Amino acid sequence: MELIPVYLAFILILAIFLGFELISKVPATLHTPLMSGANAISGITIVGALLAAGAGGPSWLATLLGAAAVFFATVNVVGGYLVTDRMLGMFKKKPDESD
Amino acid sequence: MSSLWVNLAYIVAAVMFIFGLRMLGSPATARSGNALSSGGMFIAIVVTLLSKGIVEFHWIAIAVAAGALVGALASRLVAMTSMPEMVALFNGSGGIASLLVGWAALSGAHAGIGAVTAFTAVTVFLSVMIGGVTFSGSIIAWAKLADVMPSGAVVFAAQRLINGAILGGLVVCGVFFAHAPAPDSYLFYGILGLALLLGIMAVIPIGGADMPVVISLLNSYSGLAACAAGFAINNNILIVSGSLVGAAGIVLTNIMCKAMNRSLANVLFSGFGAVKTAAKVEGEVKPIVAEDAYLILEAASSVAFVPGYGMAVAQAQHVVRELGELLEANGCEVSYAIHPVAGRMPGHMNVLLAEANVPYDQLVEAKDINPRMPNVDVAVVIGANDVVNPAARDDEASPIYGMPIINVDHARTAFVLKRSMASGFAGVDNPLFFGTNTRMLFGDAKASVSALIAEFK
Repeated sequence: MELIPVYLAFILILAIFLGFELISKVPATLHTPLMSGANAISGITIVGALLAAGAGGPSWLATLLGAAAVFFATVNVVGGYLVTDRMLGMFKKKPDESD
Repeated sequence: MSSLWVNLAYIVAAVMFIFGLRMLGSPATARSGNALSSGGMFIAIVVTLLSKGIVEFHWIAIAVAAGALVGALASRLVAMTSMPEMVALFNGSGGIASLLVGWAALSGAHAGIGAVTAFTAVTVFLSVMIGGVTFSGSIIAWAKLADVMPSGAVVFAAQRLINGAILGGLVVCGVFFAHAPAPDSYLFYGILGLALLLGIMAVIPIGGADMPVVISLLNSYSGLAACAAGFAINNNILIVSGSLVGAAGIVLTNIMCKAMNRSLANVLFSGFGAVKTAAKVEGEVKPIVAEDAYLILEAASSVAFVPGYGMAVAQAQHVVRELGELLEANGCEVSYAIHPVAGRMPGHMNVLLAEANVPYDQLVEAKDINPRMPNVDVAVVIGANDVVNPAARDDEASPIYGMPIINVDHARTAFVLKRSMASGFAGVDNPLFFGTNTRMLFGDAKASVSALIAEFK
């Protein structure tokens, strides 16, 4: 059991390196969608929020906090993905004919 | 669903996030990359809802419905020019969600087991601290971007000392809290309050034009907050996704700092330009009217537009594209030179021009356009100032010395569209305006460009 924090830290470090590798290749044109898309991924907190809100434990405070967290994380996820999609939909290559 | 299957599904979700981010690396695949990443999120949410841990659904249903409505409306209704504000708010909502998850983990664990382990306490402390700083910092960033509060740097005596004291206080509270963790202790509320205060204090000394750095940094924090919340509840998918986002934000922050030739510490802690005084610029400003500017543009065979925040403020991106198309129809080669920190967030200009239907292959980065600049007949500067200031290249005493710029002064002619002779964000005189090849086209950027279009028709 006491090794669990170490395993989690192990995952953390590897994921950070992976993140650096993935992002350093993104061209400047896409920096804004990258940021909002990454931001939507940070809404993964919703998983933790759902677990807190739905645990049905004895702590009503935990349920309430969890529900509030679900709200904010959902805004983050839904808004983040939709706005990124909207932006990316506007990026177009040069057409052969003028539009 | 057993936790084994839930965790296997989390692996699938993580892989989809990773491929999604990877596909965001090219404009051709970016949109499907985003869709893939949202699919990963959908899987993660669904398997969590199916897991045995969740027994109560009505609060979740209400919160998800309300959050989805707000998020969907916000993402549809926001104007492209307000995108920096939107991203700031989304960062903030991610931050507070992580804060709340940390808090809920604390009160849930406390009520369930009776005692909270030191490990949980430390991770709760981290998620509340990072989440709180992200939240209040993002709100301040939003307020500055939306002009709810003055966008300039707010600097006062002993600022760093006070911020250091707040951070010290946080750490001390954290240490005591880890020894005796309880959700209703004053220590916890102290941590909560100090974290929110620190976020405010950290962002107020950062001025408007440094916002690209702040936004990317807060983006990184929102990921790290999710990561800390993941530690608090022992959840892998939060840790993996959070650290991917954290790393992405750090990479962007680094790019933005390099584009200004400043260290992160310099951006974060020093209000701009207080130290050195640049050489006073002497010379004559040569204004030009639209009719004469038209004659020069009409004869040009190569034109580079250099947009800045002023283009966003004037909402001039559509008329700029129209002028660009007229020039192309006239047989002229048109490109758009984008400085990495032009605007208020990374890639701000690119998004605006994309909205105006400018093909992305016409957008050129600063380092690629500069070698070609001597062959450019006309460089049209639209609401940009510091990013085209030759003092950054030539004047060692200038506060922005060393910042890579777009060398519009090397073009055969430079038009500068500008409201007045006021200096840029850095408060530095711009020798470009006094250059022999420079012509100033005074007035609102949109009105000036529209006048040029009228001349063409």
